[in-house]
Formats: sequence, C-alpha cells, structure tokens
Amino acid sequence: MSSSAPSLSLGRRRGGRAVEARVSRGLWADALRRLVRNRPALVGLALVAVFVVAALAAPVVAPYGPYERAGGQLEPPSPAHLFGTDLLGRDVFSRVLYGAQISLQVGVVAVLLALLTGGIIGALAGGFGGWVDAALMRLTDVLLAIPGILLAIGIVAWLGRGMPQLMLAIAVTYTPIFARLLRGSLLALREVDYVVAARSIGASPLRILTRHMLPNAVTPLIVQATLVLATAIIDIAGLGFLGLGPPDPRTPEWGTMLVDARRFLQTAPHIVFFVGGAIVVSAIGFNLLGDGLRESLDPRLKR
Amino acid sequence: MSGPLGAGASVTALPAAGPSAAGTGATANGREPLIVIEHLVKYYPILGGLLRRKIGDVKAVDDVSFEIYRGEVFGLVGESGCGKSTLGKTLLRLQPPTSGRATIGGEDIFSKQGKELKRLRRRMQIIFQDPIGSLNPRMPISDIIGEGLLAQADAENGWKDRRIRDKRVEDYLEAVGLRRDYTRRYPHEFSGGQRQRIGIARALALDPEFVVCDEPVSALDVSIQSQILNLLLDLRREFNLTYLFIAHNLSVVQYISDRVGVMYLGKIVELGDVGALYTQPRHPYTIALLSAVPDPDPRVRKKRIVLKGDVPSPAAPPPGCRFHTRCWLRERLGNPENCVTEEPPLRDVGPGHRVACHWAEAVPEDVVAAAVPAVPPPPTGPGVSPVPGSGSSAALGAAASGGSGSGSTATGAEAP
Repeated sequence: MSSSAPSLSLGRRRGGRAVEARVSRGLWADALRRLVRNRPALVGLALVAVFVVAALAAPVVAPYGPYERAGGQLEPPSPAHLFGTDLLGRDVFSRVLYGAQISLQVGVVAVLLALLTGGIIGALAGGFGGWVDAALMRLTDVLLAIPGILLAIGIVAWLGRGMPQLMLAIAVTYTPIFARLLRGSLLALREVDYVVAARSIGASPLRILTRHMLPNAVTPLIVQATLVLATAIIDIAGLGFLGLGPPDPRTPEWGTMLVDARRFLQTAPHIVFFVGGAIVVSAIGFNLLGDGLRESLDPRLKR
Repeated sequence: MSGPLGAGASVTALPAAGPSAAGTGATANGREPLIVIEHLVKYYPILGGLLRRKIGDVKAVDDVSFEIYRGEVFGLVGESGCGKSTLGKTLLRLQPPTSGRATIGGEDIFSKQGKELKRLRRRMQIIFQDPIGSLNPRMPISDIIGEGLLAQADAENGWKDRRIRDKRVEDYLEAVGLRRDYTRRYPHEFSGGQRQRIGIARALALDPEFVVCDEPVSALDVSIQSQILNLLLDLRREFNLTYLFIAHNLSVVQYISDRVGVMYLGKIVELGDVGALYTQPRHPYTIALLSAVPDPDPRVRKKRIVLKGDVPSPAAPPPGCRFHTRCWLRERLGNPENCVTEEPPLRDVGPGHRVACHWAEAVPEDVVAAAVPAVPPPPTGPGVSPVPGSGSSAALGAAASGGSGSGSTATGAEAP
C-alpha cells in the first residue's frame, strides 16, 4: 500500500511496475473474500459445515449404532443419550447423525442430477434457440405447472419406494428450475459484447458456448443449487413423513423418525424437537449460504 | 513520428471558410473504395399475438448506400436508435441483413458461409463501446486477445502454437500502449481506458483491413477519450486500417473523421467530407445537430435550432421525408407538399457532398452561419492526413476545437 505513493510521480509506464508486484486475483478468489465478509453467509457456512461433518463422520461420532437398542423406552435427554431415546430405546442423537447422512446423500445426488439434466436442457434451449428452445421450454412448463411435492409423490407412488426412486423424484421436480435459469442466462449472454466479439473473430459456436457463455452462466446455477438443496432436504423429510421414504421403516431418515415420534408428542416431545430441529437447522444453513453466495458471486453487486 | 499525430505529412492550414473542392476531390477521386454498401436494409420483425406472428418491422436500417475508401475514417453520426450500430454490425455479419449488398475489396460480404465467412472475418473487426461488457471476465488477457488467433489458426500462420500466439498477443499489447506482461491478468484488474486498449488489441491481432469502431470512446472519461482517439489514429497509420467510426458526439467525429455520414431513422440524410459537412451543412437535420455543439470559444455566439418533439418510431417512420415531422426548414418554406409525399433521394449537391433533402438549396445561409459560426481553426490544431504524402491534405482542419490540446498517447510501439 505505502509503496504505491512514490510511484505516482513516475511516468505512465513505470507506474505499472508498482502494480505488478500485486498478486493477480481471480474472480473466484474475489468472490470468496466477499463471502467471508458476509456475516449471515458465514453463519450459513458454519451450519452447513456442521451438517456435512455430522453426515460424513456419523459412524465415528455417533455413540451408538442407528439400529442398536441403547437404553430404555422414550428416555428424556441425559448425558448418556444427548437427545434421549425413542420407543425402541434407540439413541436419537446417533439416529439424527445417520439421518444427516441419508439427507445429504439423497439431497446432493438429487440436486446434482437435476443440475445436470436441467443444465443440458437449458444449454440446448439457450444455445440453439428456435424450435429446440420452444419444445424444451414447453416441456419444462408442464413440469413446472405441477406442484413440486405432488410431482415427487406421484413419481414415488408410480415407481415404488426406494432410495433411487426418492432421488429421481426430487431430481425431476427441480430439473425445470435449472433448465429455465440456464436458458435465461444464456439468452441474455447471446448479445453481450464479448460474445459478439468472439463471433466476429470467427470462434466456433461450440467454443463460444463452452468458453464464453457457460462459464458466465454458472454462478446463478451454483446459487440456485445451494438454495434447492435446502428445499430438497425438506422434501425428503416430507416424503418420509408421508410414508414414501426409504422402504425399510427402521431407516434413520428424518421424516420417518418424525412421523414415528409424532404419536408421543405429549409424552416424549424431545424426539420431535431434535429431529425437527435438525431439519430446520440444515435447511436454514443452506438458505443462508445460498443467499450469501448470490451476493458474493453476482457481478452486478461487485464493488 | 515527431508530432503527437505524426504530422510529418503536409499539413495545410486551410481556413475553414473554404470547403474547397480540392480537398473533396482528393478523397473521392483516385482512391479505391474498400467497402461498398448498396441498398442495405435491416428490419427487425415485431412478433405479437398468441401465435407470435409478425405484426410489423422495426426499420433499423432502410436502404442505405455509400462507400468507404481505403485508409479513411468514415464517421457515422446520429441519435441513439437511428440504426448506426445496426449498420455496423450487419456489415460485419454479426446480424443477418434483410436485403442489400456489401463488398470489401470487391469480395461479397453477405453471401459468404462457413469456412469462407470465417476467412472473411479476418479482414474486418469491431471495437465496442462498453469497456466492461466487451471482455469476458473469466478469461485472462492472453486468451481474450489470442482467441481470434486460435480460431483463425492455419498451416500458414502457425497460430496453433501457443508460443507464437503469446508472442503476437504481447506484440499487440505493446502496440496499444500496454505492458507486455499483462497477459496473465483478468479484465477486472484494468481501468476503463486500459480495457478499451485490450479490446482494440483483440480486434487488431487478426490484422484486419477494416475496423468498425462502435462508439469506442462514449463510455470513457473525457481525458481518456482523446488518448484512445489518438491511439486509433496512430494505429490506422501503423497498420493501414480503414475505420467506420460510429459515434453520437459530433466533436469526436469531426476530430477523427475524413468523411462523415449523418443518419436519421435508418437513413443517411447527409454525407460529405468532414470540412464541407461541418462548415457548409445542407440538410436541416445536420444544421440543427451542429447548432447544438457547444463551442469553447466564449466570443462565438451560436444560434441553437431546437428540434420539436421526439424521434418517430422506426417501426412506423413518417411518409415522404422521414424528418418532415420535425423539420424547421419545412416550416419556414410554408410546409411544401413533396416533403410528405415524396421520399427525397440522396443527391449530389457538391463534389462528394450528398444530401437527402428536396429543399437543400433553399437553406438560408444566415441560419447556417448562425448555427455553424465560421471560426478559423486554432493555429496549433493537428492536421490529419489519411494517406501520408498524398500531396494535398484530404482532411481540412479536422481538429476538434475541444480536443486540440490533447497530448500524445502512451504508444510509440513499433510495428510488430
């Protein structure tokens, strides 16, 4: 900082030398710097980190196995059982950790799948335009017209219960969102000067799409994926609650646990509280992180 | 290379009073046109209704014909929305034309497809207005400037080789007055003026003959504007370029251009040498525009002609002369009928001077004199000669009164 002052008196060309010493900072590093300065985003990041660590480290951290009879029936929270026990005497804390594993697994796979298929549809529609665009967009309109959770229920009811079906159901509901988003970004980018410049230079359409348009269209997708992950976690729990979760009723899936504990809301409210809390906290985490990412990645808010 | 603009060529300090035929003749005769545009039309369909059917056209460019001579700067002025940018982009095949013909050095521009079109793109490039939007924020400078080289690589030029490409990128960075080692940086690390230089380097790296400058200085600070203008003039000489310079700033156009075309609602209404057009304008629209240019000399008393109303929609241009709805001359002449019924052709009113007005001869000289006061150009004004050593200077007193003090640019690079 202080070294730049004397260089002001030097000529134009020399002036550049003082700047040279500075490390060239990429756009991503810039975005990260802005993200770290954003307090709600940091809170979101922390919550997401807790969620992810809980999921990944569940076998190590959990004091008991998810199916293990660890204590008496419906015990309230105690040092031995942080979140208490359920009807079958299983440790709720351990089951919540393993439940995070399932939510993360299903949620991430489903969102990635939605991102991939939605991305391909959006890239085709926005890249080609014309009748390809029209056909694909009518298709997404149809999907968008059906309420998300209803569509997921329909798919699981049609294909039967099971983890892959669950992932597919969630993925299908969110595919049109990503398709529309990417298409919109690409359409806006088509007339941007640097894309026009690439065309005037003779770059191939494929290169323009992959090097100029897609890299500049991914940031809204990243943001949306984070936000969708939050709703996906809620959707998974919702399907589980409706009895459309994993086929094995013993599986420590949050929605399934919630519906099991509902009967004891009067006698053992701690189960509902902790399981519901886990859903809420992870959803809030992804939401805050998503909003923070939007602010730090959006070039319009830059500077 | 001594003067700021390399005024080694003969500079004739002609007073602006004489829009002499000699100067006009020098640009029109004995020089070969590089770009010839014939009846260029560009309509944008307006789609409407449930079935997205065509319900009309936006007539962005409507039957425009003119030519640009090799080595000259052809300025194109007009209000925003008059079609000047569309004209430039259509000419470069960045927009498909509706009809018409255009050639570059005799080669047809609009019929080319595929490989031939790609090959043609080397000959003509574009410089954009917005220094932020014209550079991909996710690419380092080496890729931005080198992209064209990679796209146009063939066995002859060896541009497929990264080292050859990088060397050329650095050469052009230097040519536009930037440091050779800027190649690894990203666009957001540069100022507006620097970004504009990068955009210029990208356009020139393919060694084009013809460059469309689409308002290249409108988005820049006034102090940077003159730097970029002088850079463009330097580069023209260094690389034998021909420019179509699009702008809405009349002073900028006067400074840089050899010939000027004035556009209104998709049509060229007046066209001529910069000296003639700025001192002896013949179209009422041009006169009104020139009367609005502020003059830094406080002794000069100008009489502004204020046009009434707004520019009509290009989707439904007025019949006859498109300017008749706002024309002060028509009012003075008692609203002659043919302005509304007959479209005025672009006709010669002097050597190389064309006007599209039925009543160009009826323009009262006192109005012109009041709107465009004949002030002798400042004695220190830089003269711009398009072809060094071509004898009689073609550009007469092209110095903009405002920009005469602008210093040299940071260039001084030799041809790579």
